[in-house]
Amino acid sequence: MEQQRRTASGPGRVLVAVYAIFALAATSRAGVQIGTKFHEAPLAYLLSAFAAVVYIVATVALARRGDGWWRVALVACSIELLGVLTIGTLSLVDAAAFRHPTVWSVYGEGYLFIPLVLPVIGLYWLRKSAPAKIAA
Amino acid sequence: MIFGFAVTVAVAATLVALWSFVQSARNRLPDNPLLVALAVLELLLVVQLVIGIVLLAGGDRPGSLATYLAYLIGSLVVLPVGAAWALAERSRSSTAVLGIACLAIPVMVLRLNEVWSGATA
Repeated sequence: MEQQRRTASGPGRVLVAVYAIFALAATSRAGVQIGTKFHEAPLAYLLSAFAAVVYIVATVALARRGDGWWRVALVACSIELLGVLTIGTLSLVDAAAFRHPTVWSVYGEGYLFIPLVLPVIGLYWLRKSAPAKIAA
Repeated sequence: MIFGFAVTVAVAATLVALWSFVQSARNRLPDNPLLVALAVLELLLVVQLVIGIVLLAGGDRPGSLATYLAYLIGSLVVLPVGAAWALAERSRSSTAVLGIACLAIPVMVLRLNEVWSGATA
């Protein structure tokens, strides 16, 4: 039976709002980068676009109910955390290759490090809003 | 951009954000005064859009036209969507949602001004 998981209720509504703002910010930035100067740094701008897609998927999945969406949100937040840690580290190790900023460069420095904190809170919230253990 | 106007919008949005968070901490649901404040902010953002278009029409150019337009138009989306999301389930959390939406405005207005002053990204 489909469990009514409520990731978008209570404090979850604030989380979805923050995710939505990052989805908007990352999508706009990637759109402008790819639309106006893609040839300058294709890899960095594709990474921007990838980050944007992850934020959009996470936002939608957290805003919806049901087991399936809960799992999609779990995957999206996990990829997001992995992404910000990987890109954050790479951008420090090989600064030359990451001159063109993405949301995840230097662990989201340009965005007050919120990109680093957000997936951690997201995963914590998903754990808290998981269905009763017996239903798992 | 008209710097003074941008500062006014940013400060006003920050104040409404603080107000929202205080109301949320006091366990209040989104109420009409708060929603009116959001509507006023949205109106200021529309004025900013008009100012931006007039300046562009006058021949001035920002550091990056695409980025500038993205911020100018994007800033109009945040408050209505945030308010709709907040009102779909009224709780103290949805009052905080209004605060989060308001907090995005000073950031966008600041970036808008940086781009207008020549920043390219």
